[in-house]
Amino acid sequence: MFLKELCELDGVSGNEKKVREYIIEQLKDKADDYKIDKIGNLIVRKKGMDGNILGVPKVLLCAHMDEVGLFITEITNDGFLKFQTVGGIDPKILVSKTVVCGNEVPGVIGSKAIHLQKPEERKQILSIEELYIDIGAVSKEEAENIVKLGDYVAFASRFERLGSGFNKAKALDDRAGCSVIMQILNNQYRCDLVGAFTVQEEVGLRGSKVISNYLEADLAIVVEATMAKDLAETFEEEWIVELGKGPACSLMDSATIYNPELIQKVAELAEKLDIPLQFRRGTTAANDAGNIHQAGRGIPLITLSIPCRNIHTMSSLIAMQDYENCLKLVHSILENIQVFCSNT
Amino acid sequence: MSGNINLDFSLLKKLTQAYGPSGNEKEIAGLIMGYSKNHVDNVETDILGNLIIRKKGRGKRIMIAAHMDEVGVIVTHIDNNGYLYFSAVGGLNEAGLLARRVMFSNRCYGVIGRERKESEEEKSKGKYFIDIGVNSEEEARKMVREGDMAILTGEFVENGSHIISKAIDNRLGCFIALEVLKNYQGEDDVFFVFTVQEEVGARGAKTAAFAIEPDLALIIDTTISYDTPKEKYRTSLNNGVAIKVMDRSIIVSPVIKNWMIDIAVKNNIVFQSEIISAGGTDSGPVHLTKGGVPTGGIAVPVRYLHSGSEITTKLDIESAYRLLSELLKNPFAS
Repeated sequence: MFLKELCELDGVSGNEKKVREYIIEQLKDKADDYKIDKIGNLIVRKKGMDGNILGVPKVLLCAHMDEVGLFITEITNDGFLKFQTVGGIDPKILVSKTVVCGNEVPGVIGSKAIHLQKPEERKQILSIEELYIDIGAVSKEEAENIVKLGDYVAFASRFERLGSGFNKAKALDDRAGCSVIMQILNNQYRCDLVGAFTVQEEVGLRGSKVISNYLEADLAIVVEATMAKDLAETFEEEWIVELGKGPACSLMDSATIYNPELIQKVAELAEKLDIPLQFRRGTTAANDAGNIHQAGRGIPLITLSIPCRNIHTMSSLIAMQDYENCLKLVHSILENIQVFCSNT
Repeated sequence: MSGNINLDFSLLKKLTQAYGPSGNEKEIAGLIMGYSKNHVDNVETDILGNLIIRKKGRGKRIMIAAHMDEVGVIVTHIDNNGYLYFSAVGGLNEAGLLARRVMFSNRCYGVIGRERKESEEEKSKGKYFIDIGVNSEEEARKMVREGDMAILTGEFVENGSHIISKAIDNRLGCFIALEVLKNYQGEDDVFFVFTVQEEVGARGAKTAAFAIEPDLALIIDTTISYDTPKEKYRTSLNNGVAIKVMDRSIIVSPVIKNWMIDIAVKNNIVFQSEIISAGGTDSGPVHLTKGGVPTGGIAVPVRYLHSGSEITTKLDIESAYRLLSELLKNPFAS
């Protein structure tokens, strides 16, 4: 499993190089070939076994390499860094967190101390404009020696095990998906595999737009992490997904309506093999599937997601059994590929 | 009006009353296949579910597109008591949903309800549910599961010159395309495409246009009729077919628009312009396909779009039918 290493690498949207290099390093001896396209997507190919004269189906496996983060937009005269968010980040989670700027420069996100705040200020949520990154520089010149405008900032957060089977880390969305696909690419199936590790998903599905211009497949499986809201004070109908109940099969999101017959096939296979499966009971947000299913003449597609609490924060949480069951389900779909590529 | 058009409105009734929310258009495709089978050379369904019906010819490749899907709701959660929670599929006006009837593909019916004791603030978030008249999750699951979609019901009635029904958007476009298809005598290679998933972002038209690579595309859809008791200054009922000028997804080339207007004028077809700043249509992705496709749009004004009680008029329908027929007789040459 590659999850710990993947999550601890920094790869904010547009700056996925370290993640890409790690994946290449791990897969280059297992796959048949790989290439990096012009926007930075990594495409890894692995031939299927027993190709008959008519060939074997081609299956596209997709996960995005990028994570949400920050971007330096200004260095103040005092040597503080002002920033913007990259991808969907709630400003409420940022205050006093540790970060890594540019070339491994540690920093903390500062704001006015509680002692200095007026009573009404204590009730207000701090906006991005009121926050700054403190890298311990005492002047603009000192700061400019180690960071520059446009440097990316990632959350500093180690991968840790919590309780009996939970993992906490940053970037589980979507390094969990990358890790599943990397494990799958270690195996060989009766279908050709194309692993697409995409860039810039978090800023609007941009990497997958490019692969949609040149990749074709008989089936695509997008492996994602998705938001769990299984908390006691929310209504059950708003939970979206629950941790520990298995991977979630998407029904509809803001970019894709998933094919009901394919969903049914996934559900039947999971039931037959006793793999827990839930449905993603929310229809907001989008993922690379939005571009891929509309690629060329269209690609039949499913999305399987690992439920994730505190998604898009430095403290995301998944249940390892969900990860394992997601891996098992993707593996089983590929083992039974004829069921999924027959009449689609 | 030339007056000798004989449109088969019983076909429009069947099309509007059938079930076909976005992503679940098979029933509509089946009906259309049945009605067109004696008139065409080739029929295929693509991966997303678009129905592509071809009348082969030696001339230009012309794509006529009408979307089959209608707005609806998707079940996202079934609770212990058998109530169904849902999200909108396409642009539904949530405020108008209370106590509306909905229908699933298996003809299970439900009524949309809401908690009565919620605060005004909570109500505005629209915590609606579907009540299918059961007492338990187990009972509900015999009829419905997560991911199933339902549509708003709305009977088809002919009120003299007007028609009221659910799903006039856009079974009316399918109807007009089918009537034109039945009567087409030209030499061009015409692809009548009945598209999927327009209401959620014109997704089907994208893959269909990619596969066909047409020389010309004409999209037929419905459009907002702005006429209320106190406003009559924009696209309105009974002012004829609307020729698309612009929506959020396309600015129609003036050359195409003028060609369409010229044909309308020459044939004494009453028409108006469609200029809307909100909402896209199939013409959006189609005109951007590959190196670009010359694309025009014709639309029939409809009141109360996406409500289950949409109103259109026979005068506008007939003018749309006539315009599309005449356009095909004199296709645009670039």
